[in-house]
Amino acid sequence: MERRGKQTWHFDQPVYIQGAGTAVGPEELKGPLGSCFDVSYDNLYAGQENWELAERQLMQDAVEVALKEAEKKSEEMDYFFAGDLLNQIVTSNYYAREVDIPYFGLFAACATVMEGVALAALFVDTGTANLTLTAVSSHNATAERQFRYPTEFAGQRPDSSTFTVTGAGAVVIGKKPSLIKVTDATIGKVRDYGIKQPFDMGSAMAPAAADTLITHLKETRRDPSYYDVIVTGDLSRVGSGILRKLVQDKGITLDRYEDCGVMIYHQEQPVFSGGSGAACPAVVTFGHLFKEMKEGRIKRMLVVATGALLSPLMIQQKESIPSIAHAVAFEREE
Amino acid sequence: MAVDEQQKKLYQKNIKLYQPKSHVIKNGLKAFLIGGLICTIGQGISRIYMTFLPITQEEAMSPTLATLILLAALATGFGIYDKLGQFAGAGSLVPVTGFSNAMTSAALEHKSEGLVFGIGANMFKLTGAVIAFGVLSAYLVGLTRMLVEMLINS
Repeated sequence: MERRGKQTWHFDQPVYIQGAGTAVGPEELKGPLGSCFDVSYDNLYAGQENWELAERQLMQDAVEVALKEAEKKSEEMDYFFAGDLLNQIVTSNYYAREVDIPYFGLFAACATVMEGVALAALFVDTGTANLTLTAVSSHNATAERQFRYPTEFAGQRPDSSTFTVTGAGAVVIGKKPSLIKVTDATIGKVRDYGIKQPFDMGSAMAPAAADTLITHLKETRRDPSYYDVIVTGDLSRVGSGILRKLVQDKGITLDRYEDCGVMIYHQEQPVFSGGSGAACPAVVTFGHLFKEMKEGRIKRMLVVATGALLSPLMIQQKESIPSIAHAVAFEREE
Repeated sequence: MAVDEQQKKLYQKNIKLYQPKSHVIKNGLKAFLIGGLICTIGQGISRIYMTFLPITQEEAMSPTLATLILLAALATGFGIYDKLGQFAGAGSLVPVTGFSNAMTSAALEHKSEGLVFGIGANMFKLTGAVIAFGVLSAYLVGLTRMLVEMLINS
């Protein structure tokens, strides 16, 4: 690994995606990317008794598909990196109890997926691991209950709010060459511009995304046109507009820019300004974007996963929402 | 490099353009209509009770409230009331049906943690504040009234 600048890692050793898996719930299945996901459920319970178990089921499904695609067994994995949105990252911790792999529990809200991929890639690049497993999950009902109100509570949500994606994504990263190579990672800094509205996380996260994106381009000395597409995690319709403006203010124009939160749902779906949640960038990247790369429509892409480090307790104590963004670059191997 | 207050204010001002406007008039109108409709239904129920049962208007109030609470709790359980709430906002939140929804939804939500520590402990999670301040304000209003009455009569 070669360090570029302060925050960017360039992986000069072979680091490849060996397999990826996604599992989603009903609303994601109805969305425009519905056919890209490996496992889907037509209800939020995913065949389980409660929603926490449903989320764990989604993580298990995603991991099983990823391992199958990589043609590996879980005991062959050297390290397991996982995270989710629940207190004490219970989905990951309890799933880690099943898989019996040395485990790192991660939390960076919805940016967890790229934190996990970056660390896994670093481990593979430096020879610390031969094979790694990374997984994240989120569930609409478990997140609602923890961060907002009971699911059936009849509060009115503003248009700036986002809809937590029900799903999980998993990826096996290793040395063996494949179609998708992990090339760079930029680790973000926490940014906080004083946004206190938990129903407007796009506005809270946009500065963190802009900061990481600008840093990445500067430290790698790349122009946005180097990438066929630059995607952000879950800035939604509100935050992605702000991001465009923030980078434009620095003299950078984003031509091919998309947001996973906007891509995952149709505009008519009852999702307000778009999708959010740890699974949002995970299922869109591993499900849809990796497919686009394998089929050659995307050759190079940068995924900037964004996380609002929201805590209901801190909000009640009149604190604002700190945010973080981690970027990982993927390239198609010809 | 932490962000200073001035930068925060500037950012919050600059992003106004990108944030969706809240539809105060449209939402107010919807709330007025649905809120009014719920109250009209309540009035209708009260009339039915007064017609078919030998009770006065005042006596009909309790069964009417109980009926509305029951209907709202059922609508919450069937997953209808939250959709109504998204449409009507304060219109479905302010009447007694909103109180019923807040209790039922919390009870449903915590069912997985068991009867006592789940449903029992969390049922009043949202409505607890309403009860606490309801009792407090009733006490203050009652006290004020008593004092005013004492002043007038003395």
